[in-house]
Amino acid sequence: MHIHKFERFWIKLSFGLIAFFIASVIYGFVSMDLKVVGDYQTIDPQNLGETEFAKTGVREVTKNGQTEYEVYVKTMQFAFQPGTASPIVVPANTRVTFYITSPDVLHGFDLAGTNINTMAIPGQVAKLTTIFPEPREYGIVCNEYCGPAHHIMEGKVKVVPKSEFDKSNLVQ
Amino acid sequence: MTFIHKYPKAAKVSKANFIVAFIALAIGGFFGFIQALHRTDVFRGFVNSGEYYTLLTGHGVLLALIFTTFFIAGLFVWGVTRSLDREPENMAYTWSWFWLMVIGTVMAAFTILGGLVPDSSIRAAVLYTFYPPLQAHPAFYIGLAMVVVGSWMAAADWFWSYSKWRDDNPTERIPILSFMTLFTMLMWYVCTIGLAIEVVGLLIPWSLGWVVEIEPLLPRTLFWFFGHAVVYFWLLPAYYVWYAILPKLSGGRLFSDSMTRIVFIIFLLLSTPVGYHHQYADAGISVGFKFYAMATTMMLLLPSLMTLFTVIASMEHGAKQRGGKGYFAWISKLPWNNPAFVGCALAGIMFAAGGFSGMINAGMNINLLIHNTIWIPGHFHLTVGTAVALTFMAVTYWLLPQLTGRKLKFKTLALIQPYSWFLGMTLMSNAMHRAGLAGVPRRTAEPEFNTNAMNFEPIFGTMSEMKWQIAIGGTILLISLILFLWVVISSWMAGQKSEKPVDDHIPEPLSGVEHTPAILDNMKLWFALALILVVLAYSFPLWEMIQDGIFSPGALPRPS
Ligand code: HEM
Ligand SMILES: [Cu+2]
Ligand SMILES: [Cu+2]
Repeated sequence: MHIHKFERFWIKLSFGLIAFFIASVIYGFVSMDLKVVGDYQTIDPQNLGETEFAKTGVREVTKNGQTEYEVYVKTMQFAFQPGTASPIVVPANTRVTFYITSPDVLHGFDLAGTNINTMAIPGQVAKLTTIFPEPREYGIVCNEYCGPAHHIMEGKVKVVPKSEFDKSNLVQ
Repeated sequence: MTFIHKYPKAAKVSKANFIVAFIALAIGGFFGFIQALHRTDVFRGFVNSGEYYTLLTGHGVLLALIFTTFFIAGLFVWGVTRSLDREPENMAYTWSWFWLMVIGTVMAAFTILGGLVPDSSIRAAVLYTFYPPLQAHPAFYIGLAMVVVGSWMAAADWFWSYSKWRDDNPTERIPILSFMTLFTMLMWYVCTIGLAIEVVGLLIPWSLGWVVEIEPLLPRTLFWFFGHAVVYFWLLPAYYVWYAILPKLSGGRLFSDSMTRIVFIIFLLLSTPVGYHHQYADAGISVGFKFYAMATTMMLLLPSLMTLFTVIASMEHGAKQRGGKGYFAWISKLPWNNPAFVGCALAGIMFAAGGFSGMINAGMNINLLIHNTIWIPGHFHLTVGTAVALTFMAVTYWLLPQLTGRKLKFKTLALIQPYSWFLGMTLMSNAMHRAGLAGVPRRTAEPEFNTNAMNFEPIFGTMSEMKWQIAIGGTILLISLILFLWVVISSWMAGQKSEKPVDDHIPEPLSGVEHTPAILDNMKLWFALALILVVLAYSFPLWEMIQDGIFSPGALPRPS
């Protein structure tokens, strides 16, 4: 077969580029803690009342001697619970793990402008962990079409300074 | 003598397919214009926000599925007939796949448009990805299944022609136009397995009420088994035009026959096992499978980069034949006043831009920043919405005279058309990309925080400037589309009749088939390898997913 020398060079260059892209993803994983959701747990979407999702909201837990927070969120046509009626309030500079699922159809859970972005799929629990670096508010958008009022489905996350975090609203 | 005089029967089939494609393009494009005005809040008078999703379903289905499939069928009928020098084997069979696809299209379109009738129970506002448990009318799924079966029959028609041709030419190499067609359709057979299992095995019985519950993740996974390869089903026919026709339009010859074949083989092998890259943000799929899909996706950059090389090299050769000189100065010698050339070349430039945003999409962890934001439509209006659609429109200016025996009318309007599409898309797409970085979602009638008093925070530019670029870009695109339809309809009805309405000769490649290893033509080998790669990528995760039963954990259907 006849491959022109420029073309050979171009193909080598292309392989280099591909290797670079794959390496950059791996670098993100290992050095910058940029992870994606994986396979965590399946759940019966018609009986969430009998699971941890019976009580949605923010919980305090202790892991490895550290205080951390877990947030259980249900995404429903057409609201986040919690998030829409009242904001999800968490402290800054603390590990926060979200557990998200849906009792009805597919939804999205995206803190606008960040990489906290996951699908909420009936039957699956999405688990993702983050540390919010500073006090700030984030809008939550549902970014998967979920029915005729999809565009009103929105919510809010409020990150407050650790010292001002009010523990009386925690779920037991 | 041109195509219609030599192959009148095939010309008729091609034209019939193009008519359906252009009707879908006209309606779908008009919906796109309404969307661009509605979601930017520039004008919300066409529909209310609940009905927006009906239009969006129509836009996605009519453009991404119907316009593309019918145009590709028309294009491939032309190419197979011409390169094998024979009419379709059996016209009754050929027309039966065409009509099957048409009836399927009408059924699906009818259920979608039903959503605009108040209180209609015939609805299908499920978008072109139709994820359950949102449920459409059964006729929607059945119609789409008919379109796919029709496309399988069309592919079989081309393989039939090929095998007859092979009987008469036992030692010849597969002509390049047929090679590209057959490999595209082999890939289509591989990837539509997932869609067929999803629609026929799960969604049709479920929409008819034979089963009540459905597990949302399984059909979604099967959809994306098909859903990335479908992108290449759109793109490979555009490559086909860039490889086979664009060098000719620029005055030169294809650079290398073997490289062309290798590129199509790589696409056959790698297009399907990458589907998980659309599910990076899905729970229920382990990170390992996502990682494997990411690496394979990156490998798919190779054939596209090789295409970029061949296309530019062929154009440079063409320009140099026309007296072009230097490293870059030759570009000015290209036929920038030929609408068919201009459309293909601008489509190629946009595709390079789309490639950049595509690399970001592929990067698994960076992807989460833009997943399901309007960045994504920004990206694929460069790829399918321009690289593919504009190439198809451009090549129509060259094919239509061959299929009708009439000269193109309104050459100036035809020339303005690709430039204006390019301009409109530049405005719309760059603003969509930037708005996506700020978190503005896709598929939303009103992407504003209505009750939370929040704002999107753009990184570059301002929200209102982006809104206006999307609205103005969408309007220019609609104008460009009207120009296209005007040129096509008037040439078709009233173009000057001629024995040779266009120069339809395609010259031989620079490095011809005599340098091409025979193994590249071994379709059985490559098809078998493609199936093995798919089994490796999908068997284990799918097996895991159905361990607890195909329909569980089950969710109840919801009206769309
Ligand atoms: C007149 C030209 C066009 C305009 C103004 C236009 C406009 C738009 C807009 C504004 C959206 C985003 C809607 C949303 O997410 O809320 C969209 C989505 C889309 N467009 Fe276009 N578009 C045009 C042409 C095309 C073409 C030629 C194709 C493909 C061949 C195409 C394929 C799509 C697809 C697949 C979607 C996504 C639908 C979905 O999310 O379900 N568009 N278009
Ligand atoms: Cu939604
Ligand atoms: Cu893809």
